[in-house]
Amino acid sequence: MKKSFSLTLSILLVLVLALAGCSSKTGSDEDGSSGETSNSSSLLDTIKERGTLKAGINDALPGFGYIGSDGENTGFDVDFAKAVAAGVLGDATKIEFRPLSATDRFTAVQSGEVDVLVRNTTWTTNRDAEVGLSFAPVIFYDGQGIMVPKDSNIKTLQDLEGKTIGVETGTTTELNLADQMKAAGVNYTAQTFDNADAVIAAYEQGSIDAWTTDKSGLVSRQSTLQDPDAHIILEETLSKEPLAPAVKDGDEKWADAVTWIVFATIQAEEFGITSQNVDDFLTSENPEIQRLLGVEGNLGEQLGLSNDFAYQVIKQVGNYGEIYDRNLGPDTVFKLERTQNALYSDGGLLYSIPFR
Amino acid sequence: MEVKKTTSTPLWRNRKIIPIIAQILFVIIVGTVIIFMVNNVISGLEQIGLTLGLDYLTLKASFPISESIISYTPDDPYIRALLVGLLNTFKVSIFGIIFASIIGVIVGVARLSDNWLVSKVATVYVEVFRNTPLLVQIFIWNFAVFLPMPKIQEALSIGSFYFSNRGASIPWFTLQDNTLIWLIVLILLIVGSVFLFRKLTKVSLESGKSTYPLISSIGLIVIGTIITFLVLRNGPFGLSVPVFNGNSFDGGTSLSIGFMSVLVALTIYTSTYISEIVRAGIMGVPKGQTEAAKALGFKSRTALRLIIFPQAIRIIIPPLTSQYLNLIKNSSLAMAVAYQDIVGIGNTIINQTGHTLETLLIVISVYLLFSLTTSLLMNLFNKKFQLVER
Repeated sequence: MKKSFSLTLSILLVLVLALAGCSSKTGSDEDGSSGETSNSSSLLDTIKERGTLKAGINDALPGFGYIGSDGENTGFDVDFAKAVAAGVLGDATKIEFRPLSATDRFTAVQSGEVDVLVRNTTWTTNRDAEVGLSFAPVIFYDGQGIMVPKDSNIKTLQDLEGKTIGVETGTTTELNLADQMKAAGVNYTAQTFDNADAVIAAYEQGSIDAWTTDKSGLVSRQSTLQDPDAHIILEETLSKEPLAPAVKDGDEKWADAVTWIVFATIQAEEFGITSQNVDDFLTSENPEIQRLLGVEGNLGEQLGLSNDFAYQVIKQVGNYGEIYDRNLGPDTVFKLERTQNALYSDGGLLYSIPFR
Repeated sequence: MEVKKTTSTPLWRNRKIIPIIAQILFVIIVGTVIIFMVNNVISGLEQIGLTLGLDYLTLKASFPISESIISYTPDDPYIRALLVGLLNTFKVSIFGIIFASIIGVIVGVARLSDNWLVSKVATVYVEVFRNTPLLVQIFIWNFAVFLPMPKIQEALSIGSFYFSNRGASIPWFTLQDNTLIWLIVLILLIVGSVFLFRKLTKVSLESGKSTYPLISSIGLIVIGTIITFLVLRNGPFGLSVPVFNGNSFDGGTSLSIGFMSVLVALTIYTSTYISEIVRAGIMGVPKGQTEAAKALGFKSRTALRLIIFPQAIRIIIPPLTSQYLNLIKNSSLAMAVAYQDIVGIGNTIINQTGHTLETLLIVISVYLLFSLTTSLLMNLFNKKFQLVER
């Protein structure tokens, strides 16, 4: 009895030692790399060393992030992720897409599973502060809307009294809905779903009377419904939804790189530089354009990027207008007007900080 | 002489010392690993500027929850939202355990039936539902069975039970003034009848005469209930019937399709395992027991109740406990069909606040609490039925 006990114990001990050896080894590896990021090098250097960008995207929102008919990830957000890859690595294809749900997207950024999150994410105070994110400039100004069947005769928020409204969990829309309905004094039932597909399935079956998300999301999803014309989006806008790319907080260098890549697309549109004519602009006499494209000065190097990062972004992905038109513009099924998302010079809200 | 021998043994070969050293080493290693991991987490969180703490639980949740046993509004704090989730998990688990046990026992006995059809139907039931993934079953119930039901305006009705793709609305009890008195009377009646049943069985076994224990004890409950009703001139509960108001049902109680999908899937899935456990338990009792009972002149039903079942239950309870624990843990799949259990609500809170670690620890503690309580109850039950060794 005693003998077998000590035998078992020694076997156990060997096992534990082996296990502890493994775990402490991997542990110290992790520690080593994370220590590196905090002290000297930023995620930017890690990505360059790795040679690929890990981007968190949506794969179920036509127009913004979805799997196209060719099996590739496409969309407005996806193009911005590609722009970041082009700017950082000089190659828009060196990118690894990670489809994320609304609920696990922030954990993915916090844990470093993705380097950048471009997944129709609303910039809010709380997310900036407590959730540990750092946001790049807004790439899409949106507002929350509600979709109802045309034959339901619902025209305003007040008509939703007693109705059941579907919403995706873990989103700002979930919170705005509660706020707005309380302000309007409308009693309603909120049915929360884990993903957008489940909301649509329930809505199409009539299990919920209405559903809500960003208006662009409603438009994009409307095109995929069985009978798109049988549904309308209420005129009322429930909230401001500025959608922006996000990175992990506390890494200024990386956040700056993403920020200026976004600005480069906006600035390029302002100058009229497109993926088609960007090579002609290389010989431009305009010093502002020279600085943007890295012909003169070392703005890219200052950011820890190559000097021609903006050139690469524009050449490989395009300027803001091109990205917009390609995914959401008049030639697509969505036909979204630029309105707020036009350049400031056209009465919109897009304004790039000068490249100097 | 022997004493001398042991003292001369070097320390590293001493049988008494080695285990002690080994255990100390073990504790040191485990401790180091834990300390290292905790440090790693804290330094990782510091890097992104997050701090640990439970203060966030008192902040306003501001998200709605569609079904809740207790009152809840978006103005309530996160901690109340978690409580709602906890109760929702509890609700689906407790009903799941009850229904799965009932169906499991019936199917288990049916599989052993001499009737060819009954045993084959039970076999097919078990093999189909046991060998397909639970998540897939939940999805099938949700998307293929409950969602395609008619819209709420055209809800199917069976009496006062309404079924639509928004869920089921069923009549439900309401409390009345003398509900408490009724409850006390009923408990007394049940205790009394159990006592009577045992007494009469004992008398019957000792005297060898039939004393009709089952009929007598049921009779006691029925007569007691009638007398109470005559005295109080009121039923134990009022009944509230659902009435359609154009948008939803007023009165009664509503079961969402998420809840129904999860409950039905969990019940069916777990009942297949329970039925196998019951079958194994009954078959685990040696055949000699049945034969001996027959030889002693027991009727087969009496033999099952007094001889086979008490022995089978000793075999059944331990694996049954594991199945109950599985059911509780599997209820976390509820998230997939929008049933707001503790995991679903925990995820929402993680998403809104960024306090991943703390929220996950709370969720884990809740499951641990449920599981340990279940284990404890089942162990007590087990002890009661265990073979008394003499």
